[in-house]
Amino acid sequence: MSKSALEFRQGVIDIFPVIAAASVIGLLWGTLAASKGLSPLETGLMSASIFAGAAQFVAIELWQDPAPWFFLTMTVLIVNVRHVLMGASLSRHMGNIPSGWRAPLLFMMADENWAFSERRALTQPLTLAYYLGLSLPMVITWTVTSVVGALAGAWLNDPAAYGFDFAFSALFIGILAGFWKGPKTGAVLAASAVVAAIVKLTIPGAWYIVLGGLAGVLVAVLLHAEREEEAAEATP
Amino acid sequence: MTLHLSTLLAIIGMALATYATRVTGLFLMRHVNVKGRTKAAFDALPPAILMAVIAPTILATGIAETIAAAITAASAMLRLPMIVTVLIGMVSVVLLRMAM
Repeated sequence: MSKSALEFRQGVIDIFPVIAAASVIGLLWGTLAASKGLSPLETGLMSASIFAGAAQFVAIELWQDPAPWFFLTMTVLIVNVRHVLMGASLSRHMGNIPSGWRAPLLFMMADENWAFSERRALTQPLTLAYYLGLSLPMVITWTVTSVVGALAGAWLNDPAAYGFDFAFSALFIGILAGFWKGPKTGAVLAASAVVAAIVKLTIPGAWYIVLGGLAGVLVAVLLHAEREEEAAEATP
Repeated sequence: MTLHLSTLLAIIGMALATYATRVTGLFLMRHVNVKGRTKAAFDALPPAILMAVIAPTILATGIAETIAAAITAASAMLRLPMIVTVLIGMVSVVLLRMAM
């Protein structure tokens, strides 16, 4: 097998558990969309063109007929603001990817394939083949399962009974473990978690993602500065 | 197969907004030199954002979710395969919800 084929295959293998969880979430989202009156065509178009789970769940929650398109667009913008920082971070690792490919590839950037790309970049260069191996199965699965969910209707009427609603949280915890580098990571995670939970309980909408993430980053910056000062003091 | 105009407008608006957020970072980074404190900030970004997304579920939903998250985290730190970690999380939350 060529190096690219191997990289692609590794991407598919790495993303497989995510696909398993995302299938269920996609089905669930499709059934919710159908219950709000969206046709299977509209459901599929939405999943393929937006491809952002959290934003789509929020949008369907706020859905009315006729669709309040401006309000929905603004809401989705807020939910997805985190992508700006994620894309900025990921673009640092795209040195090995032809520059004309970078902007189109970012269309497929979601939390999970982004996290795996970042993890990959900790140990080796991120390649086009690996990124496609992570991303294409996700886009296809998300779109197909959304449409199937819309067609199947309400068969998945109580996902909580099977723990499916917890699948994404469990998946993210699993991904997080790969970023663990010691107590400093713990401090970043604690700040992010506490601020996100408090903001979620006090401010409506999706600001908790942005503010929680920024709190974690702030702690990392503060710890970094302190360590530099200690190093400076230790030097006679 | 129906496609309403207002729905189509909403989908186009949401898709454009989402892609704008995805691609903006790429252009921002052409003018930023990442080292020192900035690098520390970017390195902390992946875990901080992932944590923020799930924090309301694992901290502010119920005791069952919080304990299940702790069990899942323990499995993840033991380096179990990802799919096993996810299954342990799902089974834990179902059992804990029944117990509570």
